[in-house]
Amino acid sequence: METTKISTDEVTYVANLARLIFAEEETERFASQLNAILRYMDTLQEVDTTGVEPMTHAIAQKNAFRTDAVGESLPVKTALANAPEARGNCFQVPKVIE
Amino acid sequence: MEYEPVIGLEVHAQLLTDAKIFCGCSTKFGAAPNSHTCPICLGMPGVLPVLNKKVVEFMMKMALATNCRLNRGCLFARKNYFYPDLPKGYQISQYAQPPAEHGWVEVEIAGGKKRIGITRIHMEEDAGKLMHDEFSPVSRVDLNRTGVPLIEIVSEPDIRGAEEAAAYLRRLHETLVYLEICDGNMEEGSFRCDANVSLRPKGSETFGTRAELKNMNSFRNVQRALEYEIKRQQYLLEGGGSVVQETRLWDDTAGVSHPMRGKEEAHDYRYFPDPDLVPVVIDDAWVEAVRQTLPELPLERRERFVRDYQIPAYDAGVLTASRQLADYYEEVVRLSAEPKLASNWVMGEILRFLNEDKKEIRACPITPAALAELISLIKEGQISGKMAKEVVDQMYRTGAAPGAIIKEKGLVQITDEAALSATIAAVIAANPGQLAQYRAGKEKVFGFFVGQVMKATQGKANPQLINDLLKKMLAG
Repeated sequence: METTKISTDEVTYVANLARLIFAEEETERFASQLNAILRYMDTLQEVDTTGVEPMTHAIAQKNAFRTDAVGESLPVKTALANAPEARGNCFQVPKVIE
Repeated sequence: MEYEPVIGLEVHAQLLTDAKIFCGCSTKFGAAPNSHTCPICLGMPGVLPVLNKKVVEFMMKMALATNCRLNRGCLFARKNYFYPDLPKGYQISQYAQPPAEHGWVEVEIAGGKKRIGITRIHMEEDAGKLMHDEFSPVSRVDLNRTGVPLIEIVSEPDIRGAEEAAAYLRRLHETLVYLEICDGNMEEGSFRCDANVSLRPKGSETFGTRAELKNMNSFRNVQRALEYEIKRQQYLLEGGGSVVQETRLWDDTAGVSHPMRGKEEAHDYRYFPDPDLVPVVIDDAWVEAVRQTLPELPLERRERFVRDYQIPAYDAGVLTASRQLADYYEEVVRLSAEPKLASNWVMGEILRFLNEDKKEIRACPITPAALAELISLIKEGQISGKMAKEVVDQMYRTGAAPGAIIKEKGLVQITDEAALSATIAAVIAANPGQLAQYRAGKEKVFGFFVGQVMKATQGKANPQLINDLLKKMLAG
């Protein structure tokens, strides 16, 4: 039998954190898809990782830095070009505080 | 039952870099909204943040100054939450493997010194600024601050009262400013503080339920907010109630705090390592190189001033309030070799002028050399203390050297005994009535003669010399 890795309640919870609202049918569909992905990840558990440092990055590079130098910023108009709403050089959003 | 407050503080300090932490946009405060943004700090897809090296160095300075252990490696993580001040949907911060841990600072409290532990210091990016419209249901977002570098300094829950909290904050603040890595401006949000507060029965080892306090933008507000919070929890507990774990916002005008609404849901940040940023490795050589750049810290400097210059602890505290002021004072001492006089003049006239004009010491028109020259002139008796006050006033207003002002105003103190004797003889001759009174034993008349001589010499005579000569000559 296939184990359940993520419940529909958990999907609803994570959706809520991401400000997403799903219909019941969607919640079930995503739960099933996420379960499939997570089960696939189980394959990794078959590898013996005893004594192996957890990997945090795909490439071995360390200490990639930029110098503290000011470069060019975007023109405000360009910065706001994708904003669904803008006003007075600002992005405008539904009020986020009561 | 007697309760004991347990307080831990989280301080966010904006770092004084020119550019943001992961891109080349300027960090300058007060620019037109969204004029300091680029695809990286706007969180456009496909961009690559790269860490500003100076941010690491500034973090290391603070870590060393607060006795932290610098870990060899550290990682950046994504702290996920959705809020309009954060265009990416996550803040780049550090979580597991912070760069600095296990530090402490010493604070002066009633009855001695106390060590407050520092749990960790880490680097992160600041979020944008929200402005809520008063009349319509919208908020406006300015992302200039997004990506401005911050260090977060987390204390151990070692703080036992509002005053102690204020002392700890002042210590952090002056250290950051001394290190010249943060401008410390609380009004502009360069130095921010959140507090975790709980109460427990005195003697208990376990912690009570805590409330988190935000929005305290001055030392005074932190102290007031904490005093309020301690009382609030005490009333709750004494009344048989319990403290709810929540975030509360301090309302400065009303002098109360309210539970925060709107933003708060049970936060679940789902931190994970940021794949865009490679690990930072800090080796011993780098730590040593940064250690070499550390200035003398305020507490050490204060103690050295008391020891070497023999000035009171209070004076040393005032003079070391900023690194520039302490440098100024020390330069005057070096040039005049008069630590006490230098302290009197800097703390008296100089700070008074600057306070009146709301100026910083670096904008003071009187150079340390000019002040040292003035002190030498007083010491040599060329001018009296009274004249010096007049001279220093001119120096401040015109930036001229004391010697030039004295010459121009003809302020040279008369120290020539023969010349002064002649003036005194004339004054005595002109006032035979007062002379008779004095000789009859009415000693108060002496003051009258001093006044007359001062007037005749336009205040230029050395007061001590007047006194000596007058006594002799009046006696006949």
